[in-house]
Amino acid sequence: MFEVISNDILAPNLHRMVIRAPRIAPVRRPGQFVIVRVGRGDERIPLTIGDADPAVGTITLFIQAIGASTRKIVAIPAGGSILDVAGPLGKPTHLANWKRVACIGGGVGTAVLFPLVKALAATESQITTIIGGRSSQYVILADELAALSETLLITTEDGSLGRKGFVTAELSELIADPLRTPDAVFAIGPVPMMRAIAELTRPHGIETIVSLNPIMIDGTGMCGGCRVVVDGESKFACVDGPEFDGHLVDFAGLSDRLTTYRDQEAALCHAANECKLTTGVAHV
Amino acid sequence: MCNNLTAKERLAIDRVHMPELDAELRSRNFEEVNQGLAREEAVREAQRCIQCKTRPCVEGCPVGVSIPEFIDALAAEKLPKAARILQGDNALPAVCGRVCPQESQCEARCVRGVKGEAVAIGYLERFVADWAMTNADKLRSEPLPTGTGKKVAVVGCGPAGLTAAGELARKGHTVTIFEALHDTGGVLRYGIPEFRLPKEIIDVEVDRLLALGVEIECNVIIGKTMTLDQLREQFDAVFIANGAGLPVMLNMPGENLKGVYSANEFLTRVNLMEAGCNPNSPTPIIKGNSVAVIGGGNTAMDCVRTARRLGAERAMIIYRRSEAEMPARIEEIRHAKEEGVEFVMLTAPLEIIGDDKGWTAALSCEKMELGQSDESGRRKPVPVANSRYEVPVDVVVNAIGTRSNPLLTATAPDLALNKWGNIVSDEQGATSIPGVFAGGDIVRGGATVILAMGDGKQAAAAIHGFLSGAA
Ligand SMILES: Cc1cc2nc3c(=O)[nH]c(=O)nc-3n(C[C@H](O)[C@H](O)[C@H](O)COP(=O)(O)OP(=O)(O)OC[C@H]3O[C@@H](n4cnc5c(N)ncnc54)[C@H](O)[C@@H]3O)c2cc1C
Ligand SMILES: Cc1cc2nc3c(=O)[nH]c(=O)nc-3n(C[C@H](O)[C@H](O)[C@H](O)COP(=O)(O)OP(=O)(O)OC[C@H]3O[C@@H](n4cnc5c(N)ncnc54)[C@H](O)[C@@H]3O)c2cc1C
Ligand code: SF4
Ligand code: SF4
Ligand code: FES
Ligand SMILES: [Mg+2]
Repeated sequence: MFEVISNDILAPNLHRMVIRAPRIAPVRRPGQFVIVRVGRGDERIPLTIGDADPAVGTITLFIQAIGASTRKIVAIPAGGSILDVAGPLGKPTHLANWKRVACIGGGVGTAVLFPLVKALAATESQITTIIGGRSSQYVILADELAALSETLLITTEDGSLGRKGFVTAELSELIADPLRTPDAVFAIGPVPMMRAIAELTRPHGIETIVSLNPIMIDGTGMCGGCRVVVDGESKFACVDGPEFDGHLVDFAGLSDRLTTYRDQEAALCHAANECKLTTGVAHV
Repeated sequence: MCNNLTAKERLAIDRVHMPELDAELRSRNFEEVNQGLAREEAVREAQRCIQCKTRPCVEGCPVGVSIPEFIDALAAEKLPKAARILQGDNALPAVCGRVCPQESQCEARCVRGVKGEAVAIGYLERFVADWAMTNADKLRSEPLPTGTGKKVAVVGCGPAGLTAAGELARKGHTVTIFEALHDTGGVLRYGIPEFRLPKEIIDVEVDRLLALGVEIECNVIIGKTMTLDQLREQFDAVFIANGAGLPVMLNMPGENLKGVYSANEFLTRVNLMEAGCNPNSPTPIIKGNSVAVIGGGNTAMDCVRTARRLGAERAMIIYRRSEAEMPARIEEIRHAKEEGVEFVMLTAPLEIIGDDKGWTAALSCEKMELGQSDESGRRKPVPVANSRYEVPVDVVVNAIGTRSNPLLTATAPDLALNKWGNIVSDEQGATSIPGVFAGGDIVRGGATVILAMGDGKQAAAAIHGFLSGAA
């Protein structure tokens, strides 16, 4: 049993949960994730470890309630518990000595980005963080990220906060300015966003790292269900990733495989009769 | 019934038939196919054993179960005695009685098989084990040994880990099993389906270990949550039994289409997560109407029979060689056929073809014929010219095999591995690191439950020796 210490709502359907996981907290590194199963019979759900406090043995998860299982997770109040939390899984982020780094987050991807920005902030790199959302209420962690970055740029699709439009517009400007061109770009968010960013940086030869979210079960390399094609080769995202070179990822294949269970997921959501139409925001 | 039969009377008895669920019905549900013998049937079958002095059957059993002895007790209807003998030799008799390839092990050596049919040792083992499970009150409970104060970590909760843990706990050592998944049993739970091995049996066996004081901590991945070095610091000895759970990919075009599964994924979804068999399970699965399973082992049979039970009208085994070469247990092959599975032999898959939406639509295959024998003595299949054809399918399951998972070994550089990534160990299970032992599939590559258990037993004895010496 893993105790839920706190559960706050950061944005519509986006929760921050702190969970007691004393074995995981001291050993997890940025870029890694856990697999969570609420109770007997429930689905195994991969979630990035957003932060950790090794001293007290807790980890922080940022969870977007998007379907039946994530809704069940965020419904657990502080004081409640989760039956299974396994991890840390996946490879930690590889940090090099970049001079300038751009970190880009979209939707819940911003939460996944957070531990990475925190890790980069401890290096010499200059960080420009760009985060985007549908509208102001979906922009999360702005203060936390601003404190860690040299510059924080915000975009919203409706212009209710920051620049109107997409994160790619800000990135284009960064790249165009020789004084600000990043040596490396981290892009975490919906597949179309990561793909667009990889296409934007490719002609400039800027190293681009993306964090992939294929469907997983075990998270330990046992089932092969999380395979993604990178540089023409099948990789298991749970052990070889989840971060990969964005210029080599077959995004079309990833998007397509993510739709495998769409009908069944919709039916489950409908059965639970609590799926307010928030899906499709950050996941494609 | 009495057990004072003459040899002639014993020889006159015909081998018992295992009562089975009707093939048509069972191919649509997940209930156990083999119903188990009734008491009279079991006793009568036991009387077929002629109690050979040379005990050839025992030599066929990798853990040396005292076969004639437990069968004799059963023939005399001394069930508690039979159970004690069996449980003394085999930590998971209810499992082995169901899944051991008896026809190539104990029963293969039975002298009654020379001129007729072997004694149904597996069925009898299952009968006695099942009796013991429902009559635990009639058996003396095991005395708890006095603690030695030594701590042993076991990595992996499959048959090798479970067996070693039981043996070590009985010697008084404090044992903790670390398991990566959220539940116990290893392949017994996530691989072998309910219709062959009900999960309840694993639960009972695990409860027996817990009663002995064994601790099981799930959700701990050695190599991630903790390293082998940490285990070595915190425990006096370590037994590694993390199996061979890494799927070998087909490496053919179309492998990433929707509807293509590895056997591990397909079986894990259904067995561990109850996808498709429990309507309340939130874990999804593509059931498939026409399913091709590639491979010829037990895993392939389990997948294809599962596909039938999920509703496939057409469920096929696609195998490169002929039926005689199939490594699956004979009983599984027979059951699969009775359940309407098609056996497409001497056929090799070339490519999986998708529709315009990325779903699996067909399997492109070519016919094979058996050519020269290879090093293993098996005749090598060679393609027949211009024999390519397509079978329409919506699900393809790859059951060609598994390899060792490098998660643990990648973080233990001092641990010697062979070229396939399996841990190198001696007969006793000792690895290149003092105090670290290994057994089961991680050492052997994909093998059998009973061999994994044999390794667990062997290593437990070696660990006990190591701990006693080090004391
Ligand atoms: C390495 C990794 C890290 C992730 N980190 C986070 C995170 O920090 N916060 C967060 O909110 N989400 C994260 N996700 C995504 C999250 O796992 C999915 O949103 C969740 O599994 C959806 O489950 P559901 O039952 O609620 O929704 P469903 O309605 O069942 O599914 C909605 C969509 O989520 C995806 N999905 C479904 N099942 C799975 C699964 N078992 N594994 C992965 N994706 C699935 C599919 O695209 C699906 O169409 C991460 C995914 C991965 C692989
Ligand atoms: C579908 C299928 C059907 C089979 N049918 C038969 C049959 O009929 N008869 C027969 O005799 N054999 C059969 N086998 C083979 C048999 O199941 C295996 O040989 C046997 O289970 C091996 O036992 P093991 O204890 O070595 O490993 P496993 O049973 O594989 O158990 C290993 C355990 O370790 C865990 N683990 C892995 N990595 C780690 C880690 N890093 N940290 C912690 N835990 C970890 C795994 O999750 C797993 O629970 C079958 C195999 C399969 C896949
Ligand atoms: S353990 Fe397996 S091989 Fe040994 S006697 Fe029992 S069924 Fe036969
Ligand atoms: S070989 Fe067959 S007949 Fe002889 S003791 Fe063993 S089981 Fe009995
Ligand atoms: S989730 Fe099973 S191999 Fe990655
Ligand atoms: Mg779901």
